[in-house]
Amino acid sequence: MDLAAIFSIEVVGAIATLVLMSIGLAVVFGMMKIINLAHGEFMMLGGYVAILATNRFGVPIWLSMLVLAPLVTGLFGVLVERLLVRHLYGRMIDTMLATWGLSLALVGIATMVFGNTTVGISSPLPGFAIGRFQGSGYTLFVIAVAVAVLAGLWLLFRFTDLGLCARASMQNAAMAAALGANPGRIYTLTFGFGAALSGLGGAVLAPVSGVIPTIGASYIAKAFITVIGGGSAVITGNLAASGLFGAVSQAVTFATTPVFGEVALLVAAVLLIRLLPQGITGRFFKKSI
Amino acid sequence: MTSSRRQFLGTAASTAFASALSLRGLDAFAAEDKIKVVGIYDLSGGLDIYGKPVVDALRFAAEEINQKGGLLGRQIDFIHYDAQSNMQLYAQFAQQAALKNKPAVVMAGITSASREVVRPVLDRYKTLYFYNNQYEGGVCDGNYFAAGVTPAQTVQKLVPHAIRKWGKKVYIVAADYNYGQIVSSWVKKYAAEAGGQTLAVEFFPLDVTNFGATISKIQAAKPDFVWSALVGGAHMSFYRQWKAANMAGKLPIASTTFAGGNEHIVLSPEECNGILICQNYLQELPGAANQDFVARFHKRYGADYPYITELAMGAYQGFMLWAEGVRRAQSIDRVKVIAALESGVVIDAPSGKVGIDPVTHHCTLDVHIAEVRDRKLNLVESFPQQPPADTAAVCDLRKNPNDAKQYTIKF
Repeated sequence: MDLAAIFSIEVVGAIATLVLMSIGLAVVFGMMKIINLAHGEFMMLGGYVAILATNRFGVPIWLSMLVLAPLVTGLFGVLVERLLVRHLYGRMIDTMLATWGLSLALVGIATMVFGNTTVGISSPLPGFAIGRFQGSGYTLFVIAVAVAVLAGLWLLFRFTDLGLCARASMQNAAMAAALGANPGRIYTLTFGFGAALSGLGGAVLAPVSGVIPTIGASYIAKAFITVIGGGSAVITGNLAASGLFGAVSQAVTFATTPVFGEVALLVAAVLLIRLLPQGITGRFFKKSI
Repeated sequence: MTSSRRQFLGTAASTAFASALSLRGLDAFAAEDKIKVVGIYDLSGGLDIYGKPVVDALRFAAEEINQKGGLLGRQIDFIHYDAQSNMQLYAQFAQQAALKNKPAVVMAGITSASREVVRPVLDRYKTLYFYNNQYEGGVCDGNYFAAGVTPAQTVQKLVPHAIRKWGKKVYIVAADYNYGQIVSSWVKKYAAEAGGQTLAVEFFPLDVTNFGATISKIQAAKPDFVWSALVGGAHMSFYRQWKAANMAGKLPIASTTFAGGNEHIVLSPEECNGILICQNYLQELPGAANQDFVARFHKRYGADYPYITELAMGAYQGFMLWAEGVRRAQSIDRVKVIAALESGVVIDAPSGKVGIDPVTHHCTLDVHIAEVRDRKLNLVESFPQQPPADTAAVCDLRKNPNDAKQYTIKF
């Protein structure tokens, strides 16, 4: 019974990790149809900001993880959008190439500045006990952050002006412009916001896996798979795909080893795309956000 | 005088050509005099925690010998390549070193995977090869010398000690490559010999960072202690997540790989206090020879140098053994040096006496069990002059001097 409880928490934790890994990419891809191959590097940047602020500058860890990292990464995202992505709207292959070049450049710069050693911070939360089993308190924190992010996004899209304009620009940019919204500004803010979410994900996951300049590579594959599997709806699609893949992967990991867990995730993704080529929300929950 | 563009280009090109020629001439002249030693180690990527102290130690050894007048009156030129934790680069650099630098000896490889990439290349190009850190044992190659410890020296001492201290049931977590697979078999064997029982073995590729499920499985299995053969920067997350799940201190850990990459310095004390390790060298070893070495090393690299790891000391000792072989042979010719090393070379190293066993080309070394406490390794028990018994069971280079393979010991 206790083991089942710990097991369920681990599964929900795996789902939450996938959500945090991919929500930034989902916002950018879902809203703007831009393939941002530098998403992993935004997460790496968020991780480094959190770790450096905590270790070198003594900023309290919660502040650096939850406020500083998304802020810095978001501003960097706005810069990238203005300088790079803005000129390539509508040209999907070109944005892929440009953002891939950006990711290589970021990895190189990070290696030069931070060195190629894994840095990390200790988990700031104590563990908890269920019966005779110990669970990691940090898993609960990751779940909480993922829930907060999804809830906040939903509130933003549903109840604010900015969210309304963003959804309108996503559906029909010309019409939204004719009705008075400013698509250019919307796109900049959306990209910056997506980058901030990536930075938040990277910062929150930093105590779990440590940060190294090349860590983006381990995030980007899963993030892409989740976003494509989720389909066009940002929040619902992300949640559905993360739920499916996270549960499958963690269940197989428990039964066997983490290697087979990864394989199971990929097999599930292949099956999903074969059966539902438009992603989950291409078929179910079509009208959701 | 007006010079046309063509004239200007011609002058510039010929000047550049001439200076390149003259520089190359100087370089070639100077190189004639120096003995080349090549080191190929990982200075970046997930394995850089191991590679950096090793290259520092080799450079230190070369400089020490050079300051005392060099080897056979010639200065040593230490050339190192950064393999960036990438096996392809190991193969590439081994070939490049053997063909371009033509060194007297190559010291290369951290992981067993990299060693098995480099060894056939150096065998093919007949370049002497020293592998200087701990590994799973069993390599029997006339062109190869191992200056590191093998399981019969460390694992065989730590497993019974852990069983006596903590209990009979062990759960093994290991890195998923040849070293991790083979060492796990050794742990199972020695645990059974000490009356213990292995509950389960789990393998993790070198880039896995998520150990949450494993930590829950370990708790479900209820072992008396955990044996860790985890390797590299990514696997350090295991110890962080172990503490995050409040397991640190509740379930003890023994390891022969921990501390090889300065894990005890990088992790916080709460994350690793109480872990038992077994190594050939600890920076904290008592004795005048070691304290003098540490003082000299700190003078060269700064007193804030993180830690002189067992791998770094292994490299230093390997270098010193090779240098002693060269002195005895009075030559850097590969065949003569191998013959000299097989004549029974013993040196007084900071870790104690280190001697090459002529039959296996492995070393007899002191080993020490230590406990990790507050970023230091505190000596618990010492075992002097342990022979490489595991390799000796499968390897006899006196009978087959042209042997060149790794034997996996049958269990």
